[in-house]
Amino acid sequence: MSKPLKQIHLAAHFPGVNSTTVWSDPAAGSQIEFDSFVHFAQTAERAKFDFLFLAEGLRLREQGGEIYDLDVVGRPDTFTVLAALAAVTEHLGLTGTINSTFNEPYEVARQFASLDHLSGGRAAWNVVTSWDAFTGENFRRGGFLPREERYERAREFLDTAHELFDSWDGGEVLADPVSGEFLRDAGPGAFAHRGRQFDISGHFNVPRSPQGRPVVFQAGDSDEGREFAAASADAIFGRYGTLEEGRAFYADVKGRLARYGRTPDELKILPAATFVLGDTDAEARELAHEVRLKQVSGATAIKYLEHVWNRDLSGYDPDGPLPEIDPEPGENTIALGRASVRMNRDPVAVAREWRELATARGLSIRELVIETTGRQSFDGSPLTVAQAIDGLVQADAADGFILVPHLTPGGLDVFADTVVPLLQERGVFRREYDGPTLRDHLGLAAPRARALAPAHR
Amino acid sequence: MPVRPSHSPAPTRSPAPLHLAVALDGAGWHPAAWREPGADADRLFTAGYWAALVAEAEHGLLDFVTFEDSLSLQSTDPDGPDGRTDLVRGRLDAVLVAARVAPLSRHIGLVPSVVATHTEPFHVSKALATLDYVSRGRAGLRIQISERADEVRHFGRRAAGGGATELYGEAADHVEVVRRLWDSWEDDAEIRDAATGRFVDRAKLHYIDFEGRHFSVKGPSITPRPPQGLPPVSALAADAAVYPFLARATDIGYVTARDADEARAAVAALPRTPHVFGELTVFLDEKPEAAERRLQRLDAAHGAAYTSDARVFAGTPELLADLLLEWREAGLTGFRLRPGVLAHDLPAITRGLVPELQRRGAFRQAYEASSLRGLLGLARPANRYAPGPDAPASPTAPAAA
Repeated sequence: MSKPLKQIHLAAHFPGVNSTTVWSDPAAGSQIEFDSFVHFAQTAERAKFDFLFLAEGLRLREQGGEIYDLDVVGRPDTFTVLAALAAVTEHLGLTGTINSTFNEPYEVARQFASLDHLSGGRAAWNVVTSWDAFTGENFRRGGFLPREERYERAREFLDTAHELFDSWDGGEVLADPVSGEFLRDAGPGAFAHRGRQFDISGHFNVPRSPQGRPVVFQAGDSDEGREFAAASADAIFGRYGTLEEGRAFYADVKGRLARYGRTPDELKILPAATFVLGDTDAEARELAHEVRLKQVSGATAIKYLEHVWNRDLSGYDPDGPLPEIDPEPGENTIALGRASVRMNRDPVAVAREWRELATARGLSIRELVIETTGRQSFDGSPLTVAQAIDGLVQADAADGFILVPHLTPGGLDVFADTVVPLLQERGVFRREYDGPTLRDHLGLAAPRARALAPAHR
Repeated sequence: MPVRPSHSPAPTRSPAPLHLAVALDGAGWHPAAWREPGADADRLFTAGYWAALVAEAEHGLLDFVTFEDSLSLQSTDPDGPDGRTDLVRGRLDAVLVAARVAPLSRHIGLVPSVVATHTEPFHVSKALATLDYVSRGRAGLRIQISERADEVRHFGRRAAGGGATELYGEAADHVEVVRRLWDSWEDDAEIRDAATGRFVDRAKLHYIDFEGRHFSVKGPSITPRPPQGLPPVSALAADAAVYPFLARATDIGYVTARDADEARAAVAALPRTPHVFGELTVFLDEKPEAAERRLQRLDAAHGAAYTSDARVFAGTPELLADLLLEWREAGLTGFRLRPGVLAHDLPAITRGLVPELQRRGAFRQAYEASSLRGLLGLARPANRYAPGPDAPASPTAPAAA
């Protein structure tokens, strides 16, 4: 008896401020105008994707004391654009990355609860952390958080938000004009949280939303990040899309769930991936090479190297060999405001590894950067790509993928038109949405509401 | 800048048309409004409810709608919930409601309320800039403070108290930061120069370097300058003590004048605020007695007479038009009306008051502009950080054609 086919989950990541986006392409549109978001979201919904994903950054990136200008700069506010997209889509999940360091639980919880109401149950929250004083300079409290407390704050932030979501059980609003009872009782929303990071109490003012709580995503690859996800996330924005790494990550993270009384289905593992499609595999590979050259110019390659080396490398030739000098140790002072997900390893070790790789294969700086920064990419004909995605999912290297095209906003169209029908034919991807909420799409049960004390019922 | 009647040689001859806004809150401003026929109170937390209200307001060619908000449950008690079960409780985030209805409307301005006391100006600035993008230039901001002790406990990061003067001072800084962030990108900062590989001209992005008593903000914004440049900022003054804040921070001040003399005093106190709107709660019916009876019926259901910081008007659309035009003589440029019962009084405004004002030549016959600033007669402002036309040309950047 063969194992039943796993159903694939697919999401669309709006291309943001990184070198994935080829903004110089004549077909590239705005990263800010709402039309771009409408096109992208409606394509994802036409293709029956689970959700749309937005990244976040709270300060413009800098390098060498100047605003970084070689990639897309600028993005809209996450909550606001997702709420507007709820008006032009019906089923698509709406996932926003919201930082737990530079926000407060009461406000974020009511924004997510509001988004869940306004979208009919389609909201999701990708919880990220930050600690850096650089981003903190845009906020009232500045860079107040010691680095080692960032996960503690994130965990407590999420717990607190859940306490707020659960402070209404869903049956309080009667709105009965005859009896004159708007509320069943006078106590909904009561909460009190006393912890190391937050000491707050009072009454949450948004009634329970269609999903009860938004779906929670977590990104991050550190041991702490994996544990955080196993304890409290519904999905993890994974890093590994290849077979061996993916399987190892998948097994590790799913293996941690039992510790928290959870089953493997309760956490979806969704790595990010890009794709380049062609009529044939050879054509797609050629096109992918051209895309990579557009993504990583000589100047971009040097800047990327500086990000690791923490030094001014502007005197180096991008078409020449890697610097012989070692990275500058300590806090990175040259590249500021970048997500640190990729850079959580010892830079000296990274540099040594790269030098060995470049020497062994005769790679220039630019070729090396292209080689090492490329994230998981499905390059090939639609059939090849469909087989590759399905193969990775059936082999338990992932539960699906968060796809980021290199073109805004039309880059998803070709995937929707060619790969999705092939996945549907294979019986591994939905043809229609089963239910209205994002939890329905992801096969996640409704969250258990907090057990209420008898006096509160 | 709009032309104030008081600046015209003969205000009675061809006064500027009135501007009209409605304040949306729950089922309406009367506490018993949710119990009225058609109030749809079981749908207050759905997008469809708000979309229908905004569509009705847009049908009436109103300048904008405002969305009330707060960071606590509505209460008659200043320190916490009042234990009542007979009143609307709970509400959705106003900025998100405005964003949700933006793609479903085309002309009307969308003005959510934001509490400056507990929010981050950086977040508010990018949220409003984004509302301006998703509405294509129809965003505005209504800023308010909170003196409530329960809201302090909801955030747990500041001491209670401070007093209104202090909180309005902080709110004025908040607005200043929000506006500087809107200006922190020059309009043409995005250059997409494939030849040099530069997406932006970083010389056109500006640190705002705000240092204030309560917070400092570095900038620039992560969101480019919004379509309107600076979306209009508004605030309510329930008494004259708040006028200095209106004067410092707003493009539109709502004042709760009770009569034409008070309106005149408010206008005189705010000589440089582009728009001073009167604020009224309204109950409208075809006969004055019907409006009075309806108000009495609502009061009976509620068990107390309705009171308000603003004047309460119960009468016909014609009588309300008389009143608004009388107060216009005092220098008010428009009104923010609080419908007593949205299900009844909003259509009475759009289908009764508006045609009456149109008949008298005092209100627009069609939307004449595509942005909220345009509807309000406010020019798109120059960017404070951009070199003006008289500034010496930068040695590296040739002057734009």
